[in-house]
Amino acid sequence: MLFSINETMGQYSELFMLLAAGTYTVAFIAFAWDLAKSSKTLRAVDLKAAELSGQSTEAARVPVGVGAGAAGGDADRADSDVSGPVGRAERPTSSSSGRSGAAGAGYTADGSMRYGGERRVPARVAVALTVLGAAIHAAGVITRALGAGRVPWGNMYEFLTTGAFVAVAVFLLVLIRRDLRFLGTFVIGLAIIMLVAASIAFWTPVGHLVPALQSYWLIIHVSIAVMSSALFTLTFAMSALQLVQSHRQKTIAAGGADKLGFMRLVPNALSLENLSYRINAIAFVGWTFTLMFGAIWAEKAWGRFWGWDTKEVWTFVIWVVYAGYLHARATRGWTGTRAAWLSIVGYLCVVFNFTIVNQFFNGLHSYSGL
Amino acid sequence: MSERVNVKKKKSPKSEAVMPSLGPLGMLRWAWTQLTSMRTALFLLLLLAVAAVPGSLFPQRPANPSIVTQYIQDHPDYGKILDSVQLYDVYSSAWFSAIYLLLFISLIGCVIPRAIAHYKAMRSQPPRTPARLSRLPEYGTLVIPADAGIPASAAISDAAELLKKRGYRVDVRDRDGERPSLGAERGFLKEVGNLVFHTALIGVLVSVAAGGLFGYSGQRILVEGDTFVNTLVGYDQFTPGTNFQSSQLQPYSVQLDKFDITFDRESKGKFGQPIDFTAEVTTKENPDAPAKKELLKVNDPLSLGGTSVYLTGNGYAPVVTVRDAAGNIAMQGPVVAKLQGENYYSSVVIKVPDAKPEQLAFAGFFLPTAFITDKGVSFSGDPELINPQLTLNSYFGDLGLNAGAPQNVFELDVKKLTPLNARNLPTKGIVLAPGSSYTLPDGKGSISFDGVKRYVGVDIHHNPGQLYALIFALLAVAGLVTSLYVNRRRVWVRTGTHEDGRTMVEYGLLARGEDHRLAGEAAAIRKLLSSEWLLGEDAAPGSQPAPSRTADNDRADTAESGAGGTDASPEHPAEDFIQSTAGSSESKKDQ
Ligand code: HEM
Repeated sequence: MLFSINETMGQYSELFMLLAAGTYTVAFIAFAWDLAKSSKTLRAVDLKAAELSGQSTEAARVPVGVGAGAAGGDADRADSDVSGPVGRAERPTSSSSGRSGAAGAGYTADGSMRYGGERRVPARVAVALTVLGAAIHAAGVITRALGAGRVPWGNMYEFLTTGAFVAVAVFLLVLIRRDLRFLGTFVIGLAIIMLVAASIAFWTPVGHLVPALQSYWLIIHVSIAVMSSALFTLTFAMSALQLVQSHRQKTIAAGGADKLGFMRLVPNALSLENLSYRINAIAFVGWTFTLMFGAIWAEKAWGRFWGWDTKEVWTFVIWVVYAGYLHARATRGWTGTRAAWLSIVGYLCVVFNFTIVNQFFNGLHSYSGL
Repeated sequence: MSERVNVKKKKSPKSEAVMPSLGPLGMLRWAWTQLTSMRTALFLLLLLAVAAVPGSLFPQRPANPSIVTQYIQDHPDYGKILDSVQLYDVYSSAWFSAIYLLLFISLIGCVIPRAIAHYKAMRSQPPRTPARLSRLPEYGTLVIPADAGIPASAAISDAAELLKKRGYRVDVRDRDGERPSLGAERGFLKEVGNLVFHTALIGVLVSVAAGGLFGYSGQRILVEGDTFVNTLVGYDQFTPGTNFQSSQLQPYSVQLDKFDITFDRESKGKFGQPIDFTAEVTTKENPDAPAKKELLKVNDPLSLGGTSVYLTGNGYAPVVTVRDAAGNIAMQGPVVAKLQGENYYSSVVIKVPDAKPEQLAFAGFFLPTAFITDKGVSFSGDPELINPQLTLNSYFGDLGLNAGAPQNVFELDVKKLTPLNARNLPTKGIVLAPGSSYTLPDGKGSISFDGVKRYVGVDIHHNPGQLYALIFALLAVAGLVTSLYVNRRRVWVRTGTHEDGRTMVEYGLLARGEDHRLAGEAAAIRKLLSSEWLLGEDAAPGSQPAPSRTADNDRADTAESGAGGTDASPEHPAEDFIQSTAGSSESKKDQ
């Protein structure tokens, strides 16, 4: 009934994890290079255009979207705190974002976040390397599972390595549909941190699960939790960028200098907000399942479905914060920057729940394997 | 939703204005409006999240009362203060309850009017056709050539038919007039889903509360061979709900036949860690029912008589025989040893009230695999019974059991007893291996260590609210998914006949709430209409889908200036259609 441990597999797995971390590091550098290079190229293009029109400084300061009549609205709405949608009916549809890239005249990236435009060689290299890294990483996760004869998420080491893989995989999956390469440094950077932390601070050899974890609910509950967390990771990055971008858009609109050139690769604040809302909505449903399945499992294992164990408390807190986020998006004066803050706070709770709570808080969920 | 939010906004200044003249009633209404506003709901939600946190920072009484007592002792400076603000009972505290009760009152106050409004909306016709469809976020035109023989009225009927097939509720206006139009709407399920979600949350809360009222739980320790019968006396510990009645207990029985543990002998880091617990039990639904063999495992409770029986603990129970001074057996059987440390290092207390002339007592440790360090400290080297050992001190005197006050079986109060054997006495402590026995000094009797059995701790729970909580939770999820992924959309189509005989068609779409696929829907409808009327995009040069745009008013105004303030309508030539959108046209980058 219990599979036996295969230590050799476990060692292969560790090797794969290190290789994956190495590949990611190169990918990270490529992503960073892409940001630096693109912002330079774009600035050069701008300067040239400005020279041509003979009004170098003027042109560089045209506020986002003002030239193009139709896009005027986007500029105001860049930060919905300032003049937010008055009601839900006036929320932009997806199509509205399509224009903002053009209207932004190079100050922000295409709001539709679709591929197109110029080839970004470093970005392509970075994505290719990420795919390679993810393949190696997948091999690491699978050999770990084979070595332990079970799903590879039973202790902190495994949560981190598998969680990092899922985060990268989700990122790559979203990349198929949307050009979110501007998130590359963030996502890959996080994956590297997770892998390094796993290998150094949380290293655990392959082993059996304690009886309390031997349940198919481990497979269901934890996998959904990890996937939701990966999605929350993406929206966290997008919300953080949204705050920066919205500040930058306001500065530029007010005639200030654009000090954050690399943010040109990032779509405007409103588009970021809209996409992260959609991803958060999916992740929230996932988190609702995490909470429910956790409760069902707790009932099976401990005889009560809810007992305010520390882990349960934090899972609940996260759920409520994101429910607050969804509400905020429908509340006057709470869309835009404030909603972005809620999304960020929610993610900080996710991180807290995963790190501090797993390690330092005693509870029934103390399975960190330490 | 938008409308509700807007209405709220418009209403509140009014009610605030009339408040003074209305007096207390007005105050109440004002308070109610405030409480049921989205802003308050959001505030209360965030407050709830914050209020839940301290429960994870401080020890909680319901989970572990003794740790709380310890914590208060360890922190004399602020331990008591925290207690006075209920920080050790966060989830039953006045302030936590106040927040969630307010939230749920707000929820009810929010859901009921919305349900009524939505019911009305579902029964009324789609809203009238706006004068200027071109202002809608999705807008486009189609031109049917004159020779196709489809007049304006037929075109509107066709469109109505198609939209109905697509799941829209359609209302045709002025079919035989000069400019027939239709209004269509779909996605009422979105709001229904939202209402179901919020209502189901109330259901979950009520179910949880009901479980606390009518449920019960208890614990029992079973040594191999023991039988538990589900009656009040069968429990070692019992916690009834507020409305519990002992007649609720169905007298089923569970006998522990055998208990097996598998220890990890493979992985280095976790060597000796238990990896499997299996209890073989014989159960009877009631005293007359046939016996049934079952397995009880962690994560796999028994269900019997409306309760669930969980495997929650285990340990060793050394079997001993104690004889008194006269040589009579004063006590014989397994003694449950309480886990104290690594590898089943456990404490043992044996009370022998039946020993004569004086009562006897023993206290000490049980080690499944005894080891002794150089310094004389004993420890257990392995969880399995490799070298079992019982080390005991012995006492005699009055155990105080006759006084009637309940005593903890795992603790021995030695204050009134006289020690017989102890490490610091010349008699030394008693050390027993299985099969050996020891004769007490002064002819007080003897003790023999006959063998070792295993015991399990089981928790028995009955929670009638649980099933309902699950049902409501599932409902909530269903509602949530519906609400997030169904889109509520409106479509209007208007037709007219051009002077030259062509039939002009214009359509517009509007979403209520977040809808990133509205443009896709517009394209789909356009395609349907085109193929219905056999219009290839090329075949109908006058037709044009307008680029989509937001429904933002500023933007619509911009568009209007481009159209010269004219409404795109069949009175104008097709070129006007094109112009009317030209002001805002900027080809979409992404298609
Ligand atoms: C127990 C507390 C509550 C929780 C956990 C909660 C959660 C949620 C969630 C997750 C959503 C988004 C999904 C959906 O649209 O169905 C939502 C939407 C909504 N909630 Fe709540 N809610 C709570 C209380 C309230 C209260 C008290 C109100 C009334 C003031 C309210 C009004 C709304 C409205 C109007 C929406 C729709 C917003 C939209 O169109 O996106 N909720 N709620």
